Amino acid sequence: MISEELRELYQELILEHSKKPRNFRALEPASHTAEGFNPLCGDKIKLYLEVVGDEIKDIGFQGSGCAISKASASMMTTSVKGKTTSEANTLFNEFHKMLAGSSEPYDEGKLGKLSVFSGVSEFPVRVKCATLAWHTLRAGLESDGKVVSTES
Amino acid sequence: MTKRGAVLENRKKLDASFQVERYRRDFPILSQKVYGKPLAYLDNAATTQKPKSVIDMLNRYYSFENANIHRGIHYLSQQATDAYDEARQTIQKFLNAREAREIIFVRGTTEGINLVAQSYGHTFLKSGDEILITAMEHHSNIVPWQILSDQIGAKLRVAPINDNGELILEEFEKLVNERTKFVAVTHISNALGTMNPVKRLVQMAHQLNIPVLVDGAQAVPHTVVDIQDLGCDFFVFSGHKIFGPTGIGILYGKAELLEKMPPYQGGGDMISSVRFEKTTYNKLPFKFEAGTPHIAGVIGLGAAIEYVNQIGLKNIFEYEQELLHYATSVLMKIPGLRIMGQAREKASIISFVFDDIHAHDIGTILDQQGVAIRAGHHCAMPLMERLGVPATARASFAFYNTKEEVDRLVQAIHAVLEVFG
Repeated sequence: MISEELRELYQELILEHSKKPRNFRALEPASHTAEGFNPLCGDKIKLYLEVVGDEIKDIGFQGSGCAISKASASMMTTSVKGKTTSEANTLFNEFHKMLAGSSEPYDEGKLGKLSVFSGVSEFPVRVKCATLAWHTLRAGLESDGKVVSTES
Repeated sequence: MTKRGAVLENRKKLDASFQVERYRRDFPILSQKVYGKPLAYLDNAATTQKPKSVIDMLNRYYSFENANIHRGIHYLSQQATDAYDEARQTIQKFLNAREAREIIFVRGTTEGINLVAQSYGHTFLKSGDEILITAMEHHSNIVPWQILSDQIGAKLRVAPINDNGELILEEFEKLVNERTKFVAVTHISNALGTMNPVKRLVQMAHQLNIPVLVDGAQAVPHTVVDIQDLGCDFFVFSGHKIFGPTGIGILYGKAELLEKMPPYQGGGDMISSVRFEKTTYNKLPFKFEAGTPHIAGVIGLGAAIEYVNQIGLKNIFEYEQELLHYATSVLMKIPGLRIMGQAREKASIISFVFDDIHAHDIGTILDQQGVAIRAGHHCAMPLMERLGVPATARASFAFYNTKEEVDRLVQAIHAVLEVFG
């Protein structure tokens, strides 16, 4: 009954993170915060970062959204925590390459567990769900204080 | 007989000549497969599919009749003008409007409401006046009034709904007062299916001589609309939601109001003479139809309405009510599924949620089973907020949908539970 594509999309790890998101909390205080919004489906995320020097010491998020967006936010936080901001940016770029279906190959080794989201590229309308948290992270690190929207 | 008994009794009156399988064959798109599965198109509140008669009409128009209207002194222009004017009369009769000049062609419901807000609202409302809407409006019946309110300093008031998704009439009545200068309400909620008692609402407003606009986008494909019986001052709907083309819609306005309203846009067709010193506007309905209109759309909409007339909206309503009750009963058996909007009077629209499964995940999984529904806020964010959900999944049925398709919806929801179980 359930297609191969759906199994690829809703992998165990994704379902598990969507049900029990990690770092699902506000940080007080936080050195950087950012809000992300997907006006198409109403997904919202608020991201909290504690950046010391160049290192993302701590990270947390809150919000509501579909399984893909929640799992993506959860796994984004676990994968950038303790990394430098430039390492986080590299992950952003690889993640984006994987989902944009670009001709340029992405580095699976760098992405590690995040490759579990590769199935999302088969569902173009859901790509924004997976990238919302990452766009919000980038906005947070740049800390321009604006709400990022997937439509912009 | 109990009320429910009476309803059921009434429902038996469905014309024996109503044959859904025959109608389905009129819609070429319905026989296709998606992902190797037969398409179950349950997103009719977003847009409806088009019967072959409408598609053929568009084809015929562009193949044999295409010309600009009200201009050319040649054969084709006359053909196109005749077909255009004829469509206006078809729509006038369909709505039971008094005169054809009360039927204005616009791009859709949204443009119709913006036209009234800017032309009527900007002329006749002033600072401190109140505009009354309801908590279940589509964004297109909220935002034009907000824009107007910001421009002139008017105040937007919102009549609340109860937990069943019904307008609270006493609260509505309380909000109608001497400061209220305009009322804009939806006939049928696009997100919940609630049918509002618009005739009563119009009567309440008219006691204080307040004009009423009815957003009929979801009404015309489901139920008989008699403008004179409703008594409203403006009524708007979109062609594409009643089996016609996109980009064409109708604004009905009472002639005496339209007469005193200024034009909404300037350009061709809406003038009778132009001099740099002064321009004289054309008479109704052309005063509001600036620029070359969507001629093919108008003619296509005419064909769609003739198609609906052949089946009869009474028959359509009865059939869809049966389908709605069937779908409601089988969906309610699914563990964890909650139907949002349980109004006593409902059209064939069902919004539902699960506490721990997001509507978008439902939409994606249903789509893979060939079942097309809408997932999201349905352009009614304030309503979603009132209901306390970020989004809902919505199945909306047309007269060409079947109980088998409802069963496929249920099966597909079980696949959702399998993934998230």
